Amino acid sequence: MMNRGILQALQKIYPADRLLTRDVELLPYESDALTAFNAKPGAVVLPVNEEEIIDTVRLCHQLALPFVARGSGTSLSGGSLPIPEGLTIGLNRLNRIKKIDPLQRIAVVEPGVINLHITEAAQPYGLYYAPDPSSQSICTIGGNIAFNSGGAHCLKYGMTSNHVLAMKVVLADGTVTRFGGESVDGVGIGPDLVGLFVGSEGLFGIALEITVRLMPQPELYQTVLAAYDDLGRAGDAVSMVVASGLLPGAMEIMDRLAIKAAEASVSAGYPDAEALLIVELEGEALQVEAEFEQLLGIIEKSSAIEVRVAQNEEERTRIWKGRKGAFSAVGRLSPDYIVQDGVVPRSRLGEALVEIGALKDKYQLDVANVFHAGDGNLHPLILYDGREAGALERAEALAGEILALCISLGGSITGEHGIGMEKRDYLPAMFSEEEIDIMEGLRRAIDPNEIANRGKMFPGGEAPALSQHGVHPLERAGLISRE
Amino acid sequence: MATAIEKCVHCGFCLAACPTYNLLGEEMDSPRGRIYLMKNVLEERLSADDAQPYIDRCLGCMACVPACPSGVEYGDLLVSYRALQEDQRRRPPLDALARKLVIETLPYPRRFRLAAQTGKLSKALTAALPDAFAAMLNLLPAKLPPALPIPPVMPAKGARRGKVALLPGCVQQVLAPEINYAAAQLLAANGVEVHNPPGAGCCGSILLHIGAERQARDIARRNFTQFPADVDAIITTAAGCGSGINDYELLFKSQPDAERATEFSQKVMDFSAYLAELGLRQPAGFEEERRVVYQDACHLLHAQSQHAEPRALLNQIPNLRLLEIADAGMCCGSAGAYNIDQPAIAAQLGQRKIESILAVQPDVIVSANIGCITQLRQQLDRLGNPLPVLHIAEILHQACAD
Repeated sequence: MMNRGILQALQKIYPADRLLTRDVELLPYESDALTAFNAKPGAVVLPVNEEEIIDTVRLCHQLALPFVARGSGTSLSGGSLPIPEGLTIGLNRLNRIKKIDPLQRIAVVEPGVINLHITEAAQPYGLYYAPDPSSQSICTIGGNIAFNSGGAHCLKYGMTSNHVLAMKVVLADGTVTRFGGESVDGVGIGPDLVGLFVGSEGLFGIALEITVRLMPQPELYQTVLAAYDDLGRAGDAVSMVVASGLLPGAMEIMDRLAIKAAEASVSAGYPDAEALLIVELEGEALQVEAEFEQLLGIIEKSSAIEVRVAQNEEERTRIWKGRKGAFSAVGRLSPDYIVQDGVVPRSRLGEALVEIGALKDKYQLDVANVFHAGDGNLHPLILYDGREAGALERAEALAGEILALCISLGGSITGEHGIGMEKRDYLPAMFSEEEIDIMEGLRRAIDPNEIANRGKMFPGGEAPALSQHGVHPLERAGLISRE
Repeated sequence: MATAIEKCVHCGFCLAACPTYNLLGEEMDSPRGRIYLMKNVLEERLSADDAQPYIDRCLGCMACVPACPSGVEYGDLLVSYRALQEDQRRRPPLDALARKLVIETLPYPRRFRLAAQTGKLSKALTAALPDAFAAMLNLLPAKLPPALPIPPVMPAKGARRGKVALLPGCVQQVLAPEINYAAAQLLAANGVEVHNPPGAGCCGSILLHIGAERQARDIARRNFTQFPADVDAIITTAAGCGSGINDYELLFKSQPDAERATEFSQKVMDFSAYLAELGLRQPAGFEEERRVVYQDACHLLHAQSQHAEPRALLNQIPNLRLLEIADAGMCCGSAGAYNIDQPAIAAQLGQRKIESILAVQPDVIVSANIGCITQLRQQLDRLGNPLPVLHIAEILHQACAD
């Protein structure tokens, strides 16, 4: 239960129905999409305008009350995991698209706007918002900014940071300020403060209003699905495409287990194979047509066992639906799993996959591989059964070894999901003490009380409990069974 | 139940599809939030009473089911949870009485007709109903339409292309007998022999929906012996019935007649699905262009995956222009208790729906469920808009009349 004084202060900002304090209201906010961790917040507030957010952050600063901003709660690294007894600020009701300017090709939005809704609003003008995380139908732009979200098509167009032009923010100390400008050319003097804020995992404050870049919709898509009887060959095909000079909109690989899950989920009609490569070309029709010929030539030489080309938008959507739902679809194969997110230089993709295969055997756990092959962003999904003693620990150890592998191959411990709660202990493996000192110094300069998303990104700190799985009480009582 | 709960990986993909989350913007009113609440109740971390308002607020529209990549059977979970809680729930005496009246009246057309005509029971009934029927009761017409008897066997016109039996249902045949009448006429006109077993009746879905499992089974069983074995399909014109009958396997699990229940449910087909497969015989169509919005019934679209079939039928009609609306898959709020328990939410959903519909300027609205039809009529009445709302069987019947 939250301290009475704090509650009274919050009551001055929020009516009762937007200040959640009862267990039944707080429990559903315990986790985001990383259920390995949960923590009950002291309270959840649901602001509806930026004044309320500013008042709340100022209050938190004044009381040194730690807070976490939350959009739709889809973080895969525990980024929006509540701080025990802290405040969770739910931003999903700030979901207005304030402006679409088709001439400037920009949109001005509130932080709780859903990623895909920007594209839907821009569509009538022939424009769209390019970053497309798999959860784009529900994840919010505020969360995308905090974690510099990517997506399948970031190979060609870059991550969120490449698409945010300006922001109005409230910093953790209550300062309200603007970063960046509306110029699409990105002409600016001085440090790139937008760049600093994007990907800061909520440690600096909350974005109140965001100006994003819109892109003209591609005239034509060509989506090719190639099946391989060996995961390494699919990886080689990626290298061949890259070496040819082509820059597809997306290049994705799924292995057998991931194919099985996606197939069970959306019946995408994927071929039966060890690995699938999805390559999508997009852009102006003339160019795409020429590139398409070239791509088919490369795929032909890549010893694919089957090649399919999406004949219409429906077939294209189905191919992507399987890929985008693949993480969650793994829930069909295993009661629990860890989604890992690491990067290796794409030239060493094959090597990484062989190593992961060996680790899988070592730990006797299944691993499904889904990855943005074009930029070397791996997403191994480690399957385990939490009811089995020690399984979670083994899965975590395997996940750790995969990250160590990524670093040793010259890559990174996260491609797009962020450090969050999940990987904070790996930060020192990636960065030197001096680098971490600089980051912490920056943070304290903005947030002396370290209240914004406390406990995330940096190692140590108060750790919320790991979820425990066990026999269900009703199972014990013989009332239910797992058939 | 445990398996369904465990399958949920909390990814949040369901939030986008959920009408109450869209409207209320709170985790407790989202599918994954409700699953989490149910889990906590079952694990005794939370009292069932605390969780109940949020579970009650679920429309049961099933939009989250196709949206879920993990394949959580939310519908099964909800039905099982409601039934489990119902056993333990202590209702206030009046509430309990009204509930008993519902169980004893609604599934029986004759009793219901009597009750509706006297109008005395309707108020008591509506107070207890957490589903689409309550709204209809609340809107009982001053006078009931006369019954439109359908002969026990309607021979196929022309060459026989099929043989079906019609599931009469319960409330709909009293409130809108014209729907089954149109369906039977249309099927016969399209070369289908239509059987109307006089002893057949309610499928029990309405009872299942309010957690009265035992009574639902008893009602459902009465149908098992009524239908000829050699029909191609048993046709229902109410999306809610079709979806409830799909749950028979769960309802009859480890119960007597489980096999018969499964056999029966496998025979049942929605009217649109059957007719779309068969194809219409050269429909005459309309003299002037008719702009039509097809309003998806949740229990047809989400629970039975019928998106293309009704549209294919309407597209077969000359001079019928089918229009698509924004957020077509979002529930219209007809889930009845809403009009009583959650009037604000129901009204907002209804308002959003009618706004999306009117935005495309239709001449007529078509749906495949009497609940939706009633809700949309209520919204139109509020606006003083005389736009007709028809069951798909009715508009097809009009279009095929020679």
